Amino acid sequence: MTAYIIKRLLTAIPVIIGLSVIVFLIMAMIPGDPALAILGSYATPENVERINRDLGLDRPLPEQYLIWITNLLQGDFGRSYILNRPVIDEVLERLGATMILAGTALVLCSIFGILAGVVSAVRQFGWTDRVVTFFVLIGISMPAFWLGLIFILLFAVQWRILPASGMYAVYGGGDLSDLIRHLILPAATLAIVATGVVARLTRAAMLEVLRQDFVRTARAKGLDERAVVYRHALRAALVSIIPVIGVQAGFVLGGSVYIETVFQWPGLGAMLVKAVSTRDLLLVQGGVLVAAALYVLVNLAADVAQAMLDPRLKS
Amino acid sequence: MSGNAIVIDNITKTFGGTRRLFGGRTHAVHAVRGVSIKVAEGETLAVVGESGSGKSTLARMLVGLERPTSGHMAIDGRDAAELAGTGPRAFGRMIQYVFQDPVASLNPRKTVEQILDVPLRLLAGHGGPDRKRRMHQLLDAVQMPKDTLERYPHEFSGGQAQRIAIARALAASARILVLDEPVSALDVSVQAQVLILLEDLKAEFALSYLFISHDLAVVESISDRVAVMYQGQVVETGPSERLFASPQHEYTKTLLMSAPRLDHARAG
Amino acid sequence: MSVAIAPEIRSTRLTSWQLLMTNRLAAAGLFVLVAILLLAALAPWLPLPNPNITDQPNRLHPPFSPGHLLGTDHLGRDILSRLLWGTRVSILVGLSATAIAAFFGSLIGLVAGYTGGRVDDVMMRLIDMLMAFPYILLALAIVAVLGPGLLNALYAIALVNIPFFARNIRGVTLSIRHREFVDAARLSGKGHTAVLFTEVLPNVLPVIVITMSTTVGWMILETAGLSFLGLGAQPPQADLGSMLGQGRAQLFTAPHVSMIPGLMIFALVMSINLLGDGVRDVLDPRLRSGALNRPMPVTSIEREREQPAERPGAALLEVDGLETGFRSGRSLTLAVKGVSFRLDRGECLGLIGESGSGKSVTALSLLGLVASPPGVIRNGAVYLGGRDVLAQSEQQIIAQRGARVAYVFQDPLTTLHPLYRVADQIAEAITAHNALGASEAHARAVALMETVGIRNARERASAYPHELSGGQRQRIGIAMALANDPDVIVADEPTTALDVTVQARILDLLRTLRRERGLALLLITHDFGVVAQVCDRVAVMKDGEIVEQGDTRAVLDAPRHDYTRRLIACVPELGQGRRFLDNVRPLFAPQRQETEA
Repeated sequence: MTAYIIKRLLTAIPVIIGLSVIVFLIMAMIPGDPALAILGSYATPENVERINRDLGLDRPLPEQYLIWITNLLQGDFGRSYILNRPVIDEVLERLGATMILAGTALVLCSIFGILAGVVSAVRQFGWTDRVVTFFVLIGISMPAFWLGLIFILLFAVQWRILPASGMYAVYGGGDLSDLIRHLILPAATLAIVATGVVARLTRAAMLEVLRQDFVRTARAKGLDERAVVYRHALRAALVSIIPVIGVQAGFVLGGSVYIETVFQWPGLGAMLVKAVSTRDLLLVQGGVLVAAALYVLVNLAADVAQAMLDPRLKS
Repeated sequence: MSGNAIVIDNITKTFGGTRRLFGGRTHAVHAVRGVSIKVAEGETLAVVGESGSGKSTLARMLVGLERPTSGHMAIDGRDAAELAGTGPRAFGRMIQYVFQDPVASLNPRKTVEQILDVPLRLLAGHGGPDRKRRMHQLLDAVQMPKDTLERYPHEFSGGQAQRIAIARALAASARILVLDEPVSALDVSVQAQVLILLEDLKAEFALSYLFISHDLAVVESISDRVAVMYQGQVVETGPSERLFASPQHEYTKTLLMSAPRLDHARAG
Repeated sequence: MSVAIAPEIRSTRLTSWQLLMTNRLAAAGLFVLVAILLLAALAPWLPLPNPNITDQPNRLHPPFSPGHLLGTDHLGRDILSRLLWGTRVSILVGLSATAIAAFFGSLIGLVAGYTGGRVDDVMMRLIDMLMAFPYILLALAIVAVLGPGLLNALYAIALVNIPFFARNIRGVTLSIRHREFVDAARLSGKGHTAVLFTEVLPNVLPVIVITMSTTVGWMILETAGLSFLGLGAQPPQADLGSMLGQGRAQLFTAPHVSMIPGLMIFALVMSINLLGDGVRDVLDPRLRSGALNRPMPVTSIEREREQPAERPGAALLEVDGLETGFRSGRSLTLAVKGVSFRLDRGECLGLIGESGSGKSVTALSLLGLVASPPGVIRNGAVYLGGRDVLAQSEQQIIAQRGARVAYVFQDPLTTLHPLYRVADQIAEAITAHNALGASEAHARAVALMETVGIRNARERASAYPHELSGGQRQRIGIAMALANDPDVIVADEPTTALDVTVQARILDLLRTLRRERGLALLLITHDFGVVAQVCDRVAVMKDGEIVEQGDTRAVLDAPRHDYTRRLIACVPELGQGRRFLDNVRPLFAPQRQETEA
């Protein structure tokens, strides 16, 4: 197992290098003078000269990349001229908030998605299945940003039971229960769409597996239905459900862009939206890169979990 | 008439073992290791072996679907490597292939007419009206009704689909057929009929067969000579009567002993 | 859509349409979608105010105000008019993004999947890299560089969806590329490009269409999302997302300004998804045939059967008038039509027949293992020790599986659970019927593995099925069947997936076990050679009926029924040589024109 984890870690290295190349190339697509684009209204002659020197913008692309990646490896993601602070500081400060929000949503959508999918498959065509399927479709079709607004209207404005925005109360907050109160609405909004996707795929995976020959073998042994469904079918279905959860991590991270904007959650997503509209390109670059690296790690964990479940993958 | 339809000289095929994009080598599988076989014109040579013996890989190399790792092949006296150099159609005009699973070998979204049209147009070079006539001749030859042309593969049983596949192989007017387990997927009564058909066609069109099978009894009923393959090598070759009557190699003996026989019950 | 309809569906297009309409949700989706599309399409001709004319004095009117059915926004613009014009934009952008992503993604997937090797490797690595970005963030980065705007948002969303199509289509292409008809087309003289686009593509197209129909809703959501963030449509141009985004500022004072466009997005996407699901259900042949139905624990058994629940003095296993069929819609197609046979203690009965003769369905019916739906046991009784199994409760039937009647199936690679160690699977069979500790069950499992001739059983016990050879796997299957000392073992084509030399050894094992344990064996096979070697008696099945049964030797030597005679004659035997074909030729001579029909 350790050998497998190390092997997977090693394969993640080229992926992360690839990510950095793609991010770098996207930034190189900037029309016009990159220095001016990066600096925007802060393009004083000395700033232009400084950024040209720091990033090697007057050199050929491969060389630029080398300078950039060397800086990156030393923790230098450049400077946000609009916020007037190093990109890395801003990104790291906001990373925690996003991880709390996206992590909670991911856990919620995995639990409810798998539960709903299994129940729906086991009771295929029964009324439970119909209800679950219908709600799953609603979840998938719901614009998350709109759902967030509805929640705010209902829970914060109408019933006044939960806060509408932020991560902590401005006065007197700051403890865990305060955080949880603030977390409920954004996490639920984010989780609902993702739950739909997980539930659908779980249902499909279960139905596929329940038809397999080895499930018939389990029946022929005289196992009761519960053992057949959970010990044999679900176990096999999990092998294909786990990568889906890995992918969901990406959707949740991406979805946090909307949710953080709607609920003014001080995370990476809200930062990115602001950075894009102010064209703070280095901040966008740093934020995207860090979020992508996080996503790669989550998928790595999903891969390892899958290999632990399925002995065929290790060989 | 004394020429060789197929000459295979010390041919090998290794899968994998190549470098991967990011370090390491893939696991190498030696599917065929140094096989030499001749098929005389008008002869039926059977290649017998169990799964993994390399018999299918050998067949696929013969028709150009795989490239040998080393060794030489000549088809109807022409070097196969040279043939491959002259384009993908050169092989098809001289040698054709019949697959094990007849239903899978017909595109589910094409009518039989569309399927037969391709080799007639591209390989035999027939003009439009001529092609229709040839199609009817081919269907006659494999004993299928005329309305077969408008129908789709899934409308046919396994045996019928195999007849259509044989018609397609004949369409190119190639004189050599490689038959890869052509009756293994069929029920016994259908299997017998397809075997009869194959024998009739061979006489009618002066064909040479390389007949691949795992079933010894089937092989005995149709072959002139037999080559036994085991783990990528030919362990024994000989005329059918001789080989079945007095097998020389240990593996051939085991194979013959393992084959289920009807007379077991009679002998008690 | 017509391009995607498979030939087999073309002949039944009406029923496809009817099928879609019987799915009430899909029909509702279609209805709502058509209504929205019509309204959006007709927007220029409807009597609506100009969507972009501001009217400050009349700002933030609530819905149902005179002259403004849905009220006005913060600049006094008519919301209904903006909604319809915005819907046009959102639909167009969503469709274009889907089309672009589908085209390039499918092209990449087709080429990578078909070419394979290095090209596939490189292309898929690149796709993996793109997929390694959290979905929307990549789109954000692209918009950041290109600048906000509807077209840029469209490009960004299309681009980030290319990998999704590429992956899906590559997977399908790969599986089709290995189908034999692709090789056959090559051998018929087609070049690679022609094969890819005329042979492979027609088979991939339905998948592309299904993928498009399931993603178009998603694309509309995502482009609306970018506009909501202010990165898509720029004023005065408006799509649904930007209307929602601008209305957010008035969320507390005039919620309808943001709620209405949100509702429209939801209605649009929901109707597309409902319809997409319905179309997929109709197009997917597996869903139509019920191949994705969840099988019940026990085959459904008609209550009103003719046979009594008990038959004193019956043989160990006695089957009387068994009728099993498959339901499709309202019709029932019988696969087993009144089959009766008996099996005595220590006896071996061979049930032989060609494909479709109903022999396997008969075997599975004995303990209600026919997948249901669609399977139904309509009539008959299965007396086990004089009591009808089919008349018992579900729990009772399950309790007898593996305990009194055990099964050995055809392909041990698919019939063993891939994720459990083999000894655990055997032990599970034991503990299903005995209250036994884990270690004791394990010890028994290892002992059983030794019984069925697995060398180094103790080490092999912790192996997974894929680590064993085919023959060893089938031995595990047999060990599992022996676990509870059953009275009867039903072996359904136990050696068909194996090589002859391995088959010979497995048959030997079955014979030895019978002799030593006095097992009754019901052997299902298509191979007379196997019957001749193992069975005392044989029953020949054809089209769901037993046409002849008797002592193996008697049937083989002097078959009474024409079908049996023909079947036996068609089995080539070693030693017959070329005489075989001469012998069978007369059998088919008169009906050569009909072929085997």
